[in-house]
Amino acid sequence: MINKKVASVKEALKGVTDNMTFLLGGFGLCGIPENAIQRLVELNIKNLTCISNNAGVDDFGLGLLLQKKQIKKMISSYVGENDEFERQMLSGELEVELIPQGTLAERCRAAQAGIPAFYTPAGYGTEVGEGKESRVFNGKPHILEHAFEADFAFVKAWKGDEAGNLVFKGTARNFNPVMCGAGKITVAEVEELLPAGSLDPNEIHIPGIFVQRIFQGERYEKRIEQRTVRKRV
Amino acid sequence: MGLTKEQIAQRIAKEVKDGYYVNLGIGIPTLVANYVRDDISVEFQSENGVLGMGPFPFEGKEDADIINAGKQTITTLKGASFFDSALSFGMIRGQHVDLTILGAMEVADNGDIANWKIPGKMVKGMGGAMDLVASAENIIVAMMHTNRAGESKLLKECSLPLTGVKCVKKIVTNLAVLEITSEGFKLLERAPGVSVAEIKEATQGRLIVPNEVPEMTL
Repeated sequence: MINKKVASVKEALKGVTDNMTFLLGGFGLCGIPENAIQRLVELNIKNLTCISNNAGVDDFGLGLLLQKKQIKKMISSYVGENDEFERQMLSGELEVELIPQGTLAERCRAAQAGIPAFYTPAGYGTEVGEGKESRVFNGKPHILEHAFEADFAFVKAWKGDEAGNLVFKGTARNFNPVMCGAGKITVAEVEELLPAGSLDPNEIHIPGIFVQRIFQGERYEKRIEQRTVRKRV
Repeated sequence: MGLTKEQIAQRIAKEVKDGYYVNLGIGIPTLVANYVRDDISVEFQSENGVLGMGPFPFEGKEDADIINAGKQTITTLKGASFFDSALSFGMIRGQHVDLTILGAMEVADNGDIANWKIPGKMVKGMGGAMDLVASAENIIVAMMHTNRAGESKLLKECSLPLTGVKCVKKIVTNLAVLEITSEGFKLLERAPGVSVAEIKEATQGRLIVPNEVPEMTL
C-alpha cells in the first residue's frame, strides 16, 4: 500500500502559490472541498485561475476567495447566485470564461485520461464555438475542445482510505471524480478517513492512483443552497 | 391570456411516454414531473448526477448531498442511481436521454434557441443547456409566448446570444402548441379560448396555420 495520508489541510496544500490554476470539485455548494477552500483563504495567495462549475455564493465556497480578490480568472458553466461575482465581472476586475457544463466535465476527464482534445457538438454556432476548430462528423458539426491543465485539483469525497481510494455520496459526486488526476497534484479531502483495507475494493469510485494527498476535513458545514421540502399529509 | 405556467407543464406532460428518460430544465419544465400519468414508467435525470429523481423531501429529511440541477433538495425513487458529471453528460451527448424539456428567452422559426445571456444585463451562464440542445433528439421548449413588454418570443431570428442552432422541435406556450418545420412555426393546437388571430398577433416569426387548429386538451 502506498500511503497518501497527510496529517492536516496545511500539509495537504503545501506548494500552492500565487498565479496557479486550480480545479475545484462541487456543484453549487454540494460536494465542494470546504477545508481546502478555507485554507486557500488563509494563505491569501493571489492571481488564481479557478476551474469549477460554479463560483459559490457571496459568503461560502469560492465566494470566500472572490471576496478577498484572490481569483483573477474563473472558468465555470453557471455563476448565478453570487452578487460579488457579478460586480467583479461587470467591472472587469474578474476575468470569466463560461463554458458548457458537459464540456467542462469532459475537459477534466480528458486531462485525467491523457486525451489532449476532443470534439463535441455543444456550443457549435454560438459564442462558445467562435474561433475554435470545427469538423463535421455524421453530418453534424462539432468543435474542438482541449483538456484542462492545472497545478492542483481539490476534490471532496465522503469516505477515503490511506491509499487514496475514494467513495462519494449522492450528488456530491458531481465533478469530483473527473477532477481526480486532472491536475498535477490531486488533494482529496474526506469526511471519514479509514485505514487501508476498510473499503470494499468493489465499491471504490476512484482508485488511489489518481490521488497524491488525502486528509480528513476538520469540519463540514455542507450548506444547502435551496432548501425545498414538501408537507407531510 | 391562455394557459397558466402549471397548465403549460400539464400539456407538456402529455408528451412524456412510457419508458422515457427525461431531463427537465429549471422553471416551468420542473413542474412537468407533477403531471406525468402515474400508470407509465418514467425516470427523471438531473444533469448534476442523478437518475430516478423523486419529489422534494419531507421537512427535516433534507440531505445537503442530494440535490437537483436547480440546487434544490430532492429525494430519489426506487431504481435511482448517482453518477459523475462526465457520465451524466455522456448520457446526454450520447442521446440516451429520450426527451429534454427546457425554458427559453427566445426561439427562432428555424429552431434556434437563446436562453443563457442578455448582454450587459444578465450573465449567469449556460450550465448544461448547450450540451442538452446540441445533442438531444427530442427537445420541447416551455415558455410564455410573449415577454413582459408584450413582445413576441417566437421570432424570425433570435436577437440574444444563441444557446444552440436549429435544435428545437416543439414549443408549448401559454397560447399554443407549435412545431418547428422547414417553413417556420407550424401551429398545432390553440389554448382554450385563444383564437388563431391572437396567436398570429403574438408570433413574429413565420407561422403556418393549417385549416383546422384544434383546441388543446389538458
